[in-house]
Amino acid sequence: MADARISLPQDIRRGEPFEVRISIRHAMETGYRTDETGKPVPRNVVNRLLCRYGGEDVFVVRMTSGIAANPYFRFFVTARESGSLDFEWVDDAGNRGQAQAQVKVA
Amino acid sequence: MLRTIAICAMLGAATSHAQDRALATDQLRSGIEFSGADVRAMQADDLANPGFLWVDRGETLWRADAPGGSCASCHGDAKSSMRGVAARYPLFDAGHKTVIDLDERINDCRQGRQHEQALPRESEDLLALSAYVAHQSRGLPTSVRIDGPAQPAFDRGRTLYLQRHGQMNLSCAQCHEQNWGKRLYAETISQGHGSGFPAYRLEWQKLGSLQRRIRACFFGIRAEAPQPGAQELTDLELYLAWRAQGLPIEAPGVRR
Amino acid sequence: MFKHQVTASRRSVLRGASALVLVPWLPARAADDPLPAIPALAALLGGRTPRFARLRMQVPPLADNGQAVPLKLALSGPFSGGPSVEALHLFSERNPVPDMVTFRFPPGLERIEIDTRVRLAGTQRLVAVAAMSDATLYASVAEVVVTIAACLDGS
Repeated sequence: MADARISLPQDIRRGEPFEVRISIRHAMETGYRTDETGKPVPRNVVNRLLCRYGGEDVFVVRMTSGIAANPYFRFFVTARESGSLDFEWVDDAGNRGQAQAQVKVA
Repeated sequence: MLRTIAICAMLGAATSHAQDRALATDQLRSGIEFSGADVRAMQADDLANPGFLWVDRGETLWRADAPGGSCASCHGDAKSSMRGVAARYPLFDAGHKTVIDLDERINDCRQGRQHEQALPRESEDLLALSAYVAHQSRGLPTSVRIDGPAQPAFDRGRTLYLQRHGQMNLSCAQCHEQNWGKRLYAETISQGHGSGFPAYRLEWQKLGSLQRRIRACFFGIRAEAPQPGAQELTDLELYLAWRAQGLPIEAPGVRR
Repeated sequence: MFKHQVTASRRSVLRGASALVLVPWLPARAADDPLPAIPALAALLGGRTPRFARLRMQVPPLADNGQAVPLKLALSGPFSGGPSVEALHLFSERNPVPDMVTFRFPPGLERIEIDTRVRLAGTQRLVAVAAMSDATLYASVAEVVVTIAACLDGS
């Protein structure tokens, strides 16, 4: 469940917002589907995504089945020091995922 | 003069194998051209394209240890060793004595050389490996052989394509050759090529194979769909690849 | 004379009824109400009236597929020296879970802009709300038409 892709721009300048994009592999089961045998597939969605950078929570998402499968987010973060951008997420079943990218500030 | 005729005859045999094409090779348009702007934008962006989540997983599996060695232990760097491979599939395999598709070849390697279990069709790991290998041919033109030992499979595929099926009594040709470009409900009928697969289909909310997409068409016309891995599906894949000759591989594609 | 009046009123009733039949997929709404009636939205508003400014929501008017609809939210600044964004909320008028997603940002971020993909259970309006640190609210409403696939996919 830890699969994710992150992209950051090449040119990141101190004090300015830079673009972050993440794509997470997760089926985001709504709980309204049935499988091939007709049995309901239980709900299990990523309900929380957190991005930390420089000791601060820079992006916090509380989400539901209203976010499409394999969640994708593009957002902005103010560039401070070079360092790690750490993502953590958790789903309804308690599975945790994480991903990381290195921020190089000019 | 005789030499010219002989050369022309040989060229004719090597190319279309005396098969008439309903769609000329310069008339071919990928399914992505019949897709909405949002689907096109998603396919064009390697981060927003969810298919890459499977490509990345495939890259990890490529290097995963197995009793008989990882894929990498024989094939090295897939970027070079797998370049052009997916563009030539399906193809005739002497061991199977018939035409096989890429997923079947991956399983051959897993069982025969890696001493691993075969991966079920549409399983996450097989989709990942298939997406990863096919991705190494992205941009390369589809180019399959339909002559010699591949011909029986091609003929069977062509027969299935032209035959009416199901409660709606429709053949593939009726939509994708006679009515492509026209609207069906809110959608535009494509030419029905497979060059975008494996693809992340929004309807599936995941990546899936061309065989799955073909099965979905059978369901769509209320026909009994061949089982995943059935020879009929591989035969159709070969016929589709011939129809799509020259169209670039898009793996991982995005479709609605 | 009495007969003539009855005939005229029956005709206008039929005309009104046929207008309703022509657009069955649009949810009923009061002519002047800019916000759909969503209880979770009403709870957030708490009686406050949001301003329809600064917050821009972009969604395709016709979705390729309801399972994954691209959506953009952007709240224009500047923010320094003034109230910061506490949260961006997104509400659905038709989904089984109307309170779709909430985004929070640190104070000091000058670019409040999100792109994501949402799941929509049919044609509907979406409401985005930006809640500021001084309790002001900005809102944006957008309508998305979601059609079903031309061919049912049993795979």
